Amino acid sequence: MKTNIINSIAVAVLAGGFFACKPDNAGKNGGSEIAGDAAQKVYVAPGKHDEFYNIVSGGFNGQLSVVGLPSGRVFRIIPVFSQFAENGWGYSEETKPMLNTSHGFVPWDDSHHVALSTTNGEHDGRWAFINGNNTPRIARVSLSTFRTDEIIELPNSGGNHSSPFITANTEYAVAGTRFSVPPDANADVPISSFKQNFKGYISFVSIDKTTGHMGVKFQLKTPGVSFDLARAGKGKSDGWFFFSCYNTEQAASLLEVNASQKDKDFILAVNWKKAEEYLAQGKGKKEAAKYAHNIYDEKTHSATSTILTEVMTLDPKECPGMLYFMPCPKSPHGCDVDPTGSYIVGSGKLAAVIPVFSFDKMQKAIAAKTFDGDFDGIPVLKYDAVLHGEVKKPGLGPLHTEFDGQGNAITSFFVSSELVKWNIEKLEVLDRVPTYYSVGHLCIPGGPTAKPHGKYVIAYNKITKDRYLPTGPELTQSAQLYDISGDKMKLLLDFPTIGEPHYAEAIPASLVEKNTKKIFKLEENNHPYVAKGEKETKVVRKGNEVHVYMTSIRSHFTPDNIEGVKMGDEVFFHVTNLEQDWDVPHGFAVRGAQNAEILIMPGETSTLRWKPTKVGVTPMYCTDFCSALHQEMQGYVRVSPAGSSVPLTWGTGKTPTAEAEKKTANAKPKLNTPKVAMK
Amino acid sequence: MKRLFLYLLTLTALLWYGCSGKGAEQRAEAPETNPKEILEQPETHGTEVKEVALSTPLDQAMVKKGSDIYDLKCMSCHKLTDEKLVGPGWKEVTKKRKPTWIINMITNVDMMLAEDAEAQKLLEQCLVRMPNQNITAEEARSVLEFMRKNDGEK
Repeated sequence: MKTNIINSIAVAVLAGGFFACKPDNAGKNGGSEIAGDAAQKVYVAPGKHDEFYNIVSGGFNGQLSVVGLPSGRVFRIIPVFSQFAENGWGYSEETKPMLNTSHGFVPWDDSHHVALSTTNGEHDGRWAFINGNNTPRIARVSLSTFRTDEIIELPNSGGNHSSPFITANTEYAVAGTRFSVPPDANADVPISSFKQNFKGYISFVSIDKTTGHMGVKFQLKTPGVSFDLARAGKGKSDGWFFFSCYNTEQAASLLEVNASQKDKDFILAVNWKKAEEYLAQGKGKKEAAKYAHNIYDEKTHSATSTILTEVMTLDPKECPGMLYFMPCPKSPHGCDVDPTGSYIVGSGKLAAVIPVFSFDKMQKAIAAKTFDGDFDGIPVLKYDAVLHGEVKKPGLGPLHTEFDGQGNAITSFFVSSELVKWNIEKLEVLDRVPTYYSVGHLCIPGGPTAKPHGKYVIAYNKITKDRYLPTGPELTQSAQLYDISGDKMKLLLDFPTIGEPHYAEAIPASLVEKNTKKIFKLEENNHPYVAKGEKETKVVRKGNEVHVYMTSIRSHFTPDNIEGVKMGDEVFFHVTNLEQDWDVPHGFAVRGAQNAEILIMPGETSTLRWKPTKVGVTPMYCTDFCSALHQEMQGYVRVSPAGSSVPLTWGTGKTPTAEAEKKTANAKPKLNTPKVAMK
Repeated sequence: MKRLFLYLLTLTALLWYGCSGKGAEQRAEAPETNPKEILEQPETHGTEVKEVALSTPLDQAMVKKGSDIYDLKCMSCHKLTDEKLVGPGWKEVTKKRKPTWIINMITNVDMMLAEDAEAQKLLEQCLVRMPNQNITAEEARSVLEFMRKNDGEK
C-alpha cells in the first residue's frame, strides 16, 4: 500500500517535472513542488517595498500582524484584543479602556477574521476589522495609524465567530453568534431548554461612512443554531448576507457527534435591506442588554469606554421575507460569494462535494415559493432549486474559498492538505497543490472583493511540524505563498507567522502606504495632561495623586529630577513626546513599575501609572534608543516616607535662562534648582 | 522506506538537472507606489527656500507666532542666550547666519546636514541631529522674526 502511494507520487512528480521543462511558458512547473524561479519572485531587494500588505489575524494572540508580500517579512504587530508589552497597549492609562467589557477588563482574547473596508465591493484601504471571539466584540483598526481605534462588544452572543464580514460599501460588519444563547436579560434557564430558549443572534453593526464609528443597529433573533462564517452579497446580490450554520440538530452537548447527524445543515440568506425596512416600520423591539463601546481618540490620545444598556432586536417571525434557509451538505464552514455576486460557495467540512448556489435561482425559488418546509418558521428553499451545481470529488474537508478574478475559485482542504483551483461556471477542478500541513484559511489579495488583485494565494496552515528549525513542543505557525499568475499554482515561499494565522486579507501597498500617518501634530494634541513645550512641564499633587506633566525630546526628560513623592502616593507620568519627526519614539520606564513601560510616538502623550513600593531614590529612563545620547536620557524620583515634609519640587538642567524664567513666571510652582549639571 | 525515499530523491534530482540552465525570470512588477509620494506628505520637510525677504520694523504678529513655536518645539534644546544646551544658543544667530541658512536649517535639516559644511560642523559639536520639528517655511519665517527680536532688532 505504502509503496503504491509513493509510486503514484513519483509518477505525479515526474509528470509535473516534464511540464516544468516544456519550453513554452504555459503550465511550467505544473504540479511540482517549488518553482525554479521562486527566489527571484519573492526577493524584495534591500530598501525596496513589497507589493502587498498582508493583514493577518493572530488568532489566539488577539492581535493583527502586518506582513509584506511577496517577501513574507513582518513589519508590525497591531495589538487589538490583547495587552502588548512592546508599546504599552492595554497597560497605559490611555489604552486600558479599550479592553473594557461588560465583564470588566479583559486582557487577552482570541481573534479570528480580518475584513478590510470596501467601497462598491472593492478595497478602499481605510480600515481593517477583526472579531474578538471569546468575549464577543468587533474592532476597527485604522490603516493610517495601524492602531485599534474602536471596539464594540456584542450582547446576546457567545463565540463571535461568524464575524466581522462586511457589506460592499462597509455599511455593516456582521456578528453571528457561534453559540446560541438565551437572551442576556433572561439567561438563567436549563441548558436542556435549548430548543425553546436559545437563539442564534446575528448582530448588524453599522459603520459610519466618515468616522468609521460603530453601533449595534439591530440583532436578528434567529432559531438556535451555530453560525460559522459569512459573506455579504455584492453586485446583483448586494443587500443580502449569507451565513453558514451547523448544529441544526440543536444539540447542547457532545456536538462532535450530536451536531453531525444531518445530511444537510443550512446557509442562511438574510435580506438586510428588508430588515432595514422592517426597522423603519417600527417592528424592532428594544431589549435590555449590557455591552461596552470603546473609542480611541487620535487627538486626545486617549480611549473612553461607555457601557450601553439596550439593543434593538428583530424577530424573524414578525418579518416575513427577511430570512431563508438553503440546505447545504454537511456542517458547512466557509460561505463565500464570488466577485460578481452571482454564486455562493458552501464548504461542508464533512461533505464530499462543494455545492455552489446561484443567487438568480435563489431569487426565482423565493418568488415561486419552492420551499422544502420550514425550520422554526423560516422557509427552507429546495436544494435543487437554488443549486448552480456541485464540484465533484474536490478533496477532503473543504474549509474556505477565495477568488482569483479570472472566473476561478481556490478552496482550502484541511483533511487532504491541499489547495484546489476550480472553475466557477463549469465546476471543473483545474489544479491542485499540496500544503504543508493541513491548510485552514487561505487568502488571495482582494479575494473576497468584487475586484480580486490575484497574483498570489497564501495558505495559512494549521500544522507546522518539520518545516522550520524546531523550537521545542511549541512551534511557529506557518504560511505558504503560491504564484497563481499562470494556469498552475506554484509554491514560492514558506514564512512563519505571529500567532495562529486565522484568516488574512492582502491589499496593494499603493492603496495604503500613501495614507500612512507619520507623526501626531503637537498643535492638535488635546490630551488633558499634555505639556506643549517644556514651559508647560510641572508636577501637581491632588491628594494622593501626583501628576507629572513631562516632556521628552532627544535626549532628555523635563522634569528629570522630582522630589516630594511619598509612600502611598500614586504617580502618573504623563509623557509628551515633543519630537515631530517620523520614527522618533521615546520610551519611558521607572524602576519597580508594576504596570510595564510605555512607548510614546512623536507628538503623543502617554501615561504610566506608578505606585512606589519603597522609600528611596528611583531611577527612570528612556527605553527606546533615540540618539547618540540616549544612554544619558534618564532621571531620578525621590520617594520619602508617608507624612514626610519633603516639598514637591522638580526640574531639569541648570538655572533656567532669564527668558525661560520670564516665560514660566506664570506657572505656579517655582522651578526647582537643579541637582544635575548639564554639560 | 529509506530506499523509496532515495528513489524519490533521485527522480527529483533528475528533474532538477533537466531544468537547470534555464534563465530565471525577474519579478515582473515593481511596487506601484513611488516612495517620493511618501516623502512629499505635509508632515515632512518642504523644499529648499532660496530667498527670504526681511523688513523693518519687525512684524510683531510674526514675532508672537515665532515665540509660541519656540516654546512648543525649540526651547527643549535651544536657549535664547549663547549657551549651548542640546543645540547652540540662539543669541546672535541672525548676525552669524544668513536668513536662508536659518530657514533651511529649520525646514530642511536633512538637506543641510547632507550638504552644508557649517551645519555639518555643528553636528560634530552637538552629536544630536537637529530634528525635523514639522515646521512649515512660513512658520520658520516667524521663528526667524522672533530670533531677530532676540538679537535686539526693533
